[in-house]
Amino acid sequence: MSTLGTLDARGTPAAATPQQVLADGIRWKRLEIIFWLCLLLPFVLTPSYLSLASQIAITALFAVSLDLILGYAGIVSLGHAAYFGLGAYAAGLLAKWGWGEPLTGLVIAAAVAGVFGYATSFIISRFRHLALIMITLGLGLLLHEAANSASGLTGGADGLQGVKMWPIFGAFKFDLFGTTAYVYSLVVLFLTVLVARRIIHSPFGLSLRGIRENAIRMPAIGASNDAHIRKIYTIAAVMAGVAGALLAQTTETVSLEVLSFQRSADVLVILILGGAGRLYGGIIGAIIYMVARDQFSGINPQYWYFWIGLLLVAVVMFLPNGILGGLARLTRSWRGKWW
Amino acid sequence: MVSDAAASNVAAGKAQGAIAALSTRALAKNFGSLVVASDIEIALPQGARYALIGPNGAGKTTLINLLTGMLRPDGGQVLLGDEDITTLDPQARVRKGLVRTFQINTLFPQLTALEAVLLAVSERKRYSGHWLRKLPAHGDAIDEAYAILDSLRLGPVCHRLTRELAYGQQRLLEIALALATKPRVLLLDEPAAGVPRTESAELFTAISGLSQELTVLFIEHDMNIVFRFATRIIVMVGGRILTEGTPQQIANDARVREVYLGGAHRG
Amino acid sequence: MSSLFGVLFDGFAYGMLLFLLSVGLSVTLGMMNFVNLAHCSFAMIGGYAAVTLMNEWGWPFLVTLPIAFLAGGVASIVLERVLYRHLYRATDLDQCLLTIGIVFVSVAAAAYLFGTTQQPVNTPQWLRGSVTVLGVTVGAYRLFLIVVALVVSAILVAALEYTRFGAQVRAAVDNQRMARGLGIDVDRVFATTFALGGGLAGLGGALAIEIIGLDPAFAFTYLIYVLIVVSVGGLGSIGGSFAAAAVIGISDMAGKYYFPELGAFLIYLVMVGILMWRPAGLFGKR
Repeated sequence: MSTLGTLDARGTPAAATPQQVLADGIRWKRLEIIFWLCLLLPFVLTPSYLSLASQIAITALFAVSLDLILGYAGIVSLGHAAYFGLGAYAAGLLAKWGWGEPLTGLVIAAAVAGVFGYATSFIISRFRHLALIMITLGLGLLLHEAANSASGLTGGADGLQGVKMWPIFGAFKFDLFGTTAYVYSLVVLFLTVLVARRIIHSPFGLSLRGIRENAIRMPAIGASNDAHIRKIYTIAAVMAGVAGALLAQTTETVSLEVLSFQRSADVLVILILGGAGRLYGGIIGAIIYMVARDQFSGINPQYWYFWIGLLLVAVVMFLPNGILGGLARLTRSWRGKWW
Repeated sequence: MVSDAAASNVAAGKAQGAIAALSTRALAKNFGSLVVASDIEIALPQGARYALIGPNGAGKTTLINLLTGMLRPDGGQVLLGDEDITTLDPQARVRKGLVRTFQINTLFPQLTALEAVLLAVSERKRYSGHWLRKLPAHGDAIDEAYAILDSLRLGPVCHRLTRELAYGQQRLLEIALALATKPRVLLLDEPAAGVPRTESAELFTAISGLSQELTVLFIEHDMNIVFRFATRIIVMVGGRILTEGTPQQIANDARVREVYLGGAHRG
Repeated sequence: MSSLFGVLFDGFAYGMLLFLLSVGLSVTLGMMNFVNLAHCSFAMIGGYAAVTLMNEWGWPFLVTLPIAFLAGGVASIVLERVLYRHLYRATDLDQCLLTIGIVFVSVAAAAYLFGTTQQPVNTPQWLRGSVTVLGVTVGAYRLFLIVVALVVSAILVAALEYTRFGAQVRAAVDNQRMARGLGIDVDRVFATTFALGGGLAGLGGALAIEIIGLDPAFAFTYLIYVLIVVSVGGLGSIGGSFAAAAVIGISDMAGKYYFPELGAFLIYLVMVGILMWRPAGLFGKR
């Protein structure tokens, strides 16, 4: 192994400077570009499924936001839907109260989710292991109960009524075919992933990976874990809020389900399925999960969860880094140029 | 129970007007009725190469934990230069220049060696807050990280994942991480622990290559290393300092021999 | 005044049920730090075993209880040998995910085998209605529940204090590495404790039917309560589980009685509050 003097872990010739090697690692890879181009295919191949495509894009965005705290900083959260739901209700209520402009609504909803994320980040950063899992679970359940009780505001179990969105830029209406919705969701997804990508490849992203890899070593090199965790948690909350707002705006409804434990658990499954800590894992997982669910929607939901359960067991036992992780192992020799 | 040698050392330091780089006053720690540190008084002058030895369970690693802030003392003070750092967090102490390495490798398995050292440099330079600037754009930090690795002969493997490095290389990486924080005082916890003879030459070179301005305290069991690098030895037993002196004094000290059950020199 | 007593009594009985369901998880979590979210599936298995014996084969209620214990215990052993054993050193997340997967599977299987309706239970005549003890009238079944739980607690505490196995358990919970160093076969101690915990959960599941019913969603619904009891009481502490279960049981009952609009809000608030104050639980290791 030590005879590999001329090639490094990424297969780049050692004549490259360290800076070049690092830069190589974060360049846009061909597969990435192909992937994004493929996301345009639904317009051409499956035009009748554009609503589903929007849903997938929204779920993918939600999963990427979870990846930032789970896959990169190592925070296990069973209550991430709280910020998704906050974004959804904020956007929905804004439209219901008369301001139906989508883009500004999106920004405001994201800010609301971000404020809550920032506030709770002070709690989150202080705990680990079971206490952290339980607190995230508890906070999510609390918010869900609160929304349920405040039915005057949220519509309770019946959901929010009267959400009417104005056309984007005054020209593009949200129609039944879902074209506007998918373009909107896809663009927002792309922009958000751009930001996530930049974060991951920044010094801050390196610090997050440090926390995930060995949280004890970090203070010993002068790092403040708490400050880093608060920052990424707030960013993740903002992104989850964006996803929730997108859902409210594209479907023009908001139900209690957006705050449910079910949604927190689903996004966790999706992320693990695709592979956490790989940026695209959440997106891949979302595509597979939601397409499968749509295909098998005729089946009794109980049986759906039977197979998901078995899948989870299989993934943990045999494919611990999810689908992307498994693919990475298989295609190790292709690294460098393609991805 | 501080020996005359230690007391005179502290006194001598004060007489010269030189403030010790790292010192403690009556440091104490206990877990219930178990006393792990009692009346610890040490004074490391700048540029010192001190060794801390003692049988297992003497409290050496506990002392390191107390000095770095990972454990809060029940009494006494820790001073860095003339500054009382007793109540500071571990990361604050690192920023002031007091750094340690770990006896058991405490590294980042999935980061490459370069990334790990770069992380430490980036934290020191406060680049870790940059979340929208690409990592490769921070050329100065990358160059510095590579230079540190290169000085420890880890240049060729800098892009290898930490968990794929040989054990001896990982021990060197431990030291590299500490050096990246530009320490004034360095506490090495058994740097040679578990390193096979074939890989220890690099380690020795690294330790002897440490800057003369750096104050070093190292815990070691391997007496060859102790006698090779230390100018002064502190002996700890049962949470207390038994004695302190030059290697020759310690080798001839009957109490030390007794404590080690048969000899201060290992085969 | 009597309604306050009623709430306290019913709350305490509910708490005792939660204790039986939770104590196994608390001890195994404290010992091996293995996050087993499928713990309530063992309770469900015990419950369904009891129900099948009662309704299909006409066994009397009391006799089904030890069988429920056995069912939970056997299911634990099988799961531990086949799956869990490989994940003792895995991350929290992996353990969570694996065991959540098992919960999904068990819920679906239960729905398939037994349908989704509540299961009827055939409690004996003498456990129905109310009895008068020391001048106070209380529900007979709830009193029975409290008695069973107290007896079980006494046995557990005695075993822990006075048997060699109990000493090994305490050592393993306190410091696993040291215990191994002393020659204790920690893996075997864990497997046995795990089986006992699963058995107790099974017993709890069978006893629970009369009070909170049994349907396939049980494994999920009560998982949250069990997790709350365990994290609030402290990992590895029988006393902690007992105290936390009593507090949670009474709080929940009081909340539902006096503040019905709040729903489960109060319980979650109590949990988050206590965990923030004492992250290792009220009686957990610091």
